Amino acid sequence: MNEFQDRRTIQEIVLNARTVAIVGLSASELRASNFVAYYLQRHGYRVIPVNPNEEHVLGEQVYPSLRDVPERIDVVDVFRTPAAVPEIAREAVEVGAGALWLQFGVISPEGARIAQEGGLPVVMDRCLKVEHARLLGRMHWMGFDTGVIAGSRAGSR
Amino acid sequence: MDETPREFGFRTRAVHAGQRPDPYTGASATPIYQTAGFVFEDTESAAAYFNLQEYGNIYSRIMNPTVAAFEERLASLEAGVGAVAFASGLAAQAALFFALLEPGDRIAVAKALYGGSTAQLNHLARKLQITLDWVDMDDPDGWRRSVTAETKALFAETVANPGGNVLDIELAASVAHEVGAPLVVDNTFATPYLCRPLEFGADVVVHSATKFLVGNGTTIAGAVVDSGTFDWSNGRFPSIAEPSTAYHGLKFHETFGVYGLLMKLRSETLRDFGAVLAPFNAFLLLLGMESLAVRMDRHVANALAVAEWLGVQPGVGAVRHPALPDSPYRSLVERYLPRGAGSVFSFDLESGREGGRRFIEALSLWSHLANVGDTKSLVIHPASTTHRQLADDELAASGVAPGTVRLSVGLEDVDDLLWDLERGLRAARGSAVTA
Repeated sequence: MNEFQDRRTIQEIVLNARTVAIVGLSASELRASNFVAYYLQRHGYRVIPVNPNEEHVLGEQVYPSLRDVPERIDVVDVFRTPAAVPEIAREAVEVGAGALWLQFGVISPEGARIAQEGGLPVVMDRCLKVEHARLLGRMHWMGFDTGVIAGSRAGSR
Repeated sequence: MDETPREFGFRTRAVHAGQRPDPYTGASATPIYQTAGFVFEDTESAAAYFNLQEYGNIYSRIMNPTVAAFEERLASLEAGVGAVAFASGLAAQAALFFALLEPGDRIAVAKALYGGSTAQLNHLARKLQITLDWVDMDDPDGWRRSVTAETKALFAETVANPGGNVLDIELAASVAHEVGAPLVVDNTFATPYLCRPLEFGADVVVHSATKFLVGNGTTIAGAVVDSGTFDWSNGRFPSIAEPSTAYHGLKFHETFGVYGLLMKLRSETLRDFGAVLAPFNAFLLLLGMESLAVRMDRHVANALAVAEWLGVQPGVGAVRHPALPDSPYRSLVERYLPRGAGSVFSFDLESGREGGRRFIEALSLWSHLANVGDTKSLVIHPASTTHRQLADDELAASGVAPGTVRLSVGLEDVDDLLWDLERGLRAARGSAVTA
């Protein structure tokens, strides 16, 4: 699992991605996927919802699958049952997405392997919102260990 | 980013973790954010903070940047994912059990326990309909015999107060995980420098930060540190996994993953209990923790020297320092506490309760007070003070006899400490004390 929680990979995705396709994004404000999408929008990411059961979420047009998204995707962020991941990973490779990110509890070694073989960096069982807040945001205001150690202004960003 | 992020060492993190140069002023020391509230940027941000959609400062009863620096530093040193600070160790412990338990639940608790914790758990059990199953932590089958299908947590101290019993953390963790319960360890006496229970399979660590973490006896404080590895959605912890009525049906574990317990503890339990750590106290803790490793090495060396000396003095019975060669805990110390077993231990005066009184009255350098983990050397007679509320059988179970004296060995010159103890022992034996 640690192979898919590599700090450098996580940093590169969080710092460089602009467009995040969220597979399984719910319209319900109580679901984790909605929390994450809302947070990412507030922090300047373009969120593209992917969900066959919705039309508009958080002001964005929803697409039924990754294949229907008409623009370049930097990260495919997955909030689905692990059984659905291999197919999502195949689609992510097919559309040329930049990375595959599997949220807390979305654990699919097979999906991860498919994406890796297609050339995509993979993060598994981690939350994109948490990692953004840890590296760039305000998670250190909540008493969480961010791993940030810095005695200079540059080091602390 | 062409460089792999560095994994910094313990001493580096003790000085830096949780604290960054203040981005606004450049202040190198952590500012004391002595404020009750925080001005919101706009109404949407305020709503996002209250909904927990965005991490933001709201009110110092829930979070405060100075307190957060302490929390992050402790979490980093304990190898946890985060921490929530409380006004005291007992407040931290009460809040954790309040968050985890439902009426009718059981917890398995080591009998060798700080008297204040025993009293608190009995109180919680009475008021909240919790059943306590007391465990002989020295018995290899003790934990397994004491857990049931209703057990929701196992609780013990890394090094027990004052008996010096050392917990077999891996054994207790394996029993806990067999029944789907977390192992909660009070790591106050060891500190993360001497032992990190989370690295041996414990799930949650609690601290009285009043002791070695602040290190100088100035501050009452406590904290809960979570490993982030326990599955709170295993069907046994509805308060963490099921919809919260306080947040419109939010499921803490589903939404916050490894941070679920800590988010629950902060935004519900701490919010509602109000036992919040003051920013100034957090500042003192940050100062103290910078020197944790340096201090603990000296505490350990001084305590071992005092224990070895006591072992050959007339009028002294058992010396219960777990790192002594004849201690039953020696092998557990080697496994879990290779840098040393701390500096709090007890010994028995053969002259009993009256000898204990004369011993303490004859000391002039050691302070007679109810705390441990200070730079100053401290002494107390548990039977008449910290463990006074316990019945005789509870006293014996805690490893306390009428003539038991507990020491917390400080950082003074060890010869000066022995000089004073020698005077106390003479008095305990009934001889006159000459200064």
